[in-house]
Amino acid sequence: MIRTYALLAWTWTRAAAQYPLSFALMTVGGLVVGGLDIAVIWVIFANTDELAGFGLTEVMFLYGASQLAFSLADLLFGNVDRVSRHIGAGTLDAMLIRPASPFVQVAADQFTPHRIGRSIQAGAVLAVGLTRLDVPLGRVWMVPVMVVSGIVIFAALFTLGGAVQFLLTAAPEVANAFTYGGAMLTQYPLSVYDARIVRGMTFALPLAFVNWQPGLYVLGRPDPLGLPSWTGLLSPAAALTLAAVAALAWRAGIRRYRSTGS
Amino acid sequence: MIEADEAGRTFTVRRRVVHAVRDLSFRVAAGEFVACLGPNGAGKSTTIKMLTGILTPTSGRIRVAGLDPSRRRTALARRIGVVFGQRTTLWWDLPLRDSLELIRLLYKVDRKVFRERLDEMCDLLDLGGFLATPVRQLSLGQRMRGDITAALLHDPAVLVLDEPTIGLDVVSKAEVRDFLRRRCAEHGTTVLLTTHDLSDVERLCRRVLLIDHGRLAFDGTLDGLRATAPGATSIEEVVTDLYLRSRTTPRTPPPAPRPTPDGPSATA
Repeated sequence: MIRTYALLAWTWTRAAAQYPLSFALMTVGGLVVGGLDIAVIWVIFANTDELAGFGLTEVMFLYGASQLAFSLADLLFGNVDRVSRHIGAGTLDAMLIRPASPFVQVAADQFTPHRIGRSIQAGAVLAVGLTRLDVPLGRVWMVPVMVVSGIVIFAALFTLGGAVQFLLTAAPEVANAFTYGGAMLTQYPLSVYDARIVRGMTFALPLAFVNWQPGLYVLGRPDPLGLPSWTGLLSPAAALTLAAVAALAWRAGIRRYRSTGS
Repeated sequence: MIEADEAGRTFTVRRRVVHAVRDLSFRVAAGEFVACLGPNGAGKSTTIKMLTGILTPTSGRIRVAGLDPSRRRTALARRIGVVFGQRTTLWWDLPLRDSLELIRLLYKVDRKVFRERLDEMCDLLDLGGFLATPVRQLSLGQRMRGDITAALLHDPAVLVLDEPTIGLDVVSKAEVRDFLRRRCAEHGTTVLLTTHDLSDVERLCRRVLLIDHGRLAFDGTLDGLRATAPGATSIEEVVTDLYLRSRTTPRTPPPAPRPTPDGPSATA
């Protein structure tokens, strides 16, 4: 799987390298969008010292962790929720006759490394936040765990979005509401939202496990909604559960695949 | 090499169940070159897609090269080659050479063996002039030759060709046919071909499967098919006649078996 992914990604990277100007513009575009996100945080903290009980460095930490996880998941699996395009164009048929997983082929299709720019940017924000926070060594190990869990959660959401399109072709926007919407929601401390939304993000769609619950653990802060402090340690379990659901949904989607006429 | 036992596939279209293929049973032995004919919408493509693992049958049993296509799709992919005449299986934006190299890596074909096979194909199909051209810029004839090469690089035991000559000019058609006949005979490849071009059938296939309304309407030799309509002067007329007859025959009960003087018996 990894070998096939690397093979396809490398082939597409070489193909993209034939258009260097387009590559440069896409990279710059990605960085500008990411820069605007960060500018919003600066504007907020130019006017207030805290956001829903969290200081600037803490918000940087939460923002950096969520965006790093999302941008890496988007880089590697962001194409999966565009499977409806392959269904419509009939290119999924061509993928199904190859001795490789169609999931990997869809994910790696048209791979472009320019999105790595956003990951570097998010990683820098996370690093700056962390160095200013003075997190004790006994809890720092949770940071890579939460980023990896976050990648898995977002990748699973992309996959679920893709699986849905075997039923509802031409509805990638529905999937985007959950993936890109999830990335937006987790940019800020979840305590800015209504408690009902936060409960939904904890128990239904486990977005709270991307950066909020494990982040509270790293920061050593109590959960405003009163969940025990070890809830953050459940991030890998939440991520794996969602990934299993997504894998089953994808398989069901492939089995229900109807192909196109002719 | 190919076995279908009462295979069927239904689609639900606006809550109505449509039988695209039903009770399809046939066998193809190793090394046979078989044509699959039928009017548009008869179920040919659905059949091909079930045989290649793209679609999961809703009933019956299918085996290709001893494998259940939908369950063992990846394993089967290494043993079959597929060409869709209507659309390429190559990567649109990559030069043909890169597409073929990617296929080499995906199918884990040894570099030296790959070189030899590609040289052979370049020779027979005259690929040399456009190996460096992106697939999207190839002419239809060039693209088809590229697709056929891609389907044969891993030396599959079974080759499935879905309308491989569609849209080709007379010269290209003849070249593609000659190549397929020679190459598949030499390698003992089992071939299943769908086409609307009956001269493909006359040049390549001894056996004909006729699918209509999702059922097998005829299974026998080309001569056997001719004998079903003694007055007809060309094979086109024979097939047109069969199409028309099957259209006027009430759908239920299923069409009665048609007499086939030689070859395997017709099924209903």
